[in-house]
Amino acid sequence: MRRLRSIGAFWYDFVVGDDWRVAVVVVAVLALTALLVHAAGVNAWWLVPPCVLAALGWSLHRAVRRS
Amino acid sequence: MSALPLVLTVFVACAVEAVEALTIVLAAGLTREWRSTFQGMAAALAVLAVIVAALGPAITLLPLTALRLVVGALLAIFGLQWLRKAVLRASGHKSLHDEASAYLREVAAAKAATAESRGRVHDWYAFTLSFKGVLLEGLEVIFIVITFGANQHNVGAAAIGAAAAVVVVAVTGIAVRAPLARVPENALKFAVGVMLTSFGMFWGAEGAGVSWPGGDAALLVLVPAVALVALGYTALLRRPAGPAPVPAPESQEVPSS
Repeated sequence: MRRLRSIGAFWYDFVVGDDWRVAVVVVAVLALTALLVHAAGVNAWWLVPPCVLAALGWSLHRAVRRS
Repeated sequence: MSALPLVLTVFVACAVEAVEALTIVLAAGLTREWRSTFQGMAAALAVLAVIVAALGPAITLLPLTALRLVVGALLAIFGLQWLRKAVLRASGHKSLHDEASAYLREVAAAKAATAESRGRVHDWYAFTLSFKGVLLEGLEVIFIVITFGANQHNVGAAAIGAAAAVVVVAVTGIAVRAPLARVPENALKFAVGVMLTSFGMFWGAEGAGVSWPGGDAALLVLVPAVALVALGYTALLRRPAGPAPVPAPESQEVPSS
C-alpha cells in the first residue's frame, strides 16, 4: 500500500508538479472548449491560450507572494 | 508539422535532460566507482526500455482525437511546470539551475555516504544514485518522445531527435569528463517550456474539437505569443536592484525540468 502511494505521489509530482491549480485550469478549460464545440457548435479556438496563460500568471503571482 | 521541427524540438528538450543525467552519473562515477555506476545506469535504461515497449504501442492504438486531448492536456500541464520555474528563475525568485554547483552537491553527498555491497553491486550508493538520476531524466525524455511522436504519427523522428541528444551529450561528457556547465541550460529550459506549453494547448484544443485558423500554421503565432507573455511575466516579476532576499533553493523543486 505504501509503495502504491509513493508511486502515485511520484507520478503526481512528475506531471502536476508544484501547483495543482494550473492542472485544474488546463483540464477545466479543455472541457469547456469541448462543450462549446460539441454542444453549442462554437469553434472556440480562442478560449484555451488566454485561459492557460492567465493560469500561469496567477500561479507565478502566488509563488512570488509566498517567496 | 514536418519531421525537422519535430526532431529539433525533441533534440533540445532531451539534451537538457541528458545534461542533468550526465551530471549525476559523473558525480557517482568519479567520486565512488564506475562499475556500480554503469550497473545503475544499465538497470535504469532497462526499466526505461520496458516502459517504452509497453507504452509506445499502447498509445498509438488510441484514436487520434482522444490521444490529442489527453496528451495535449498532459503536455500543457507539464510544459507550464517548466515555464513557471523558468520565469521564476529568470526573474530572480528561484536560484538558477547550475550544473557545476549541482555536481558539487552530489559529490559532497557521495563522499559522505558509506560504502555498502549488495549482491553483484559493489557500491550500492553509486548504483542507486546513477539509477535514480538516469531513470528520472529518462522518464522525461520518454514522455516528450511519445507525446510529440504519437501526435505527429512519427515516433521514429522523435526518437531520432532524443537519441541524437543523448549521444551528443554523452560523447561531450566523456570528452570533457566534467559537468556541462557551459550549456545555457536556463535559457534552453525557458524555450522548451514555451514549446511544450504551446504544443500542449494546440493539440489539447484540437482534441477538444477545435479547428485552428490556418491549421498547423497557427503554431507560428501560438509559440511566439506564449514566449512573449512568458517574457512579459519575467519582466513584471523581476526583482528590483538592491539587496534581494535569498531565492528558493534548487532542492525545493521537482528533481529535474
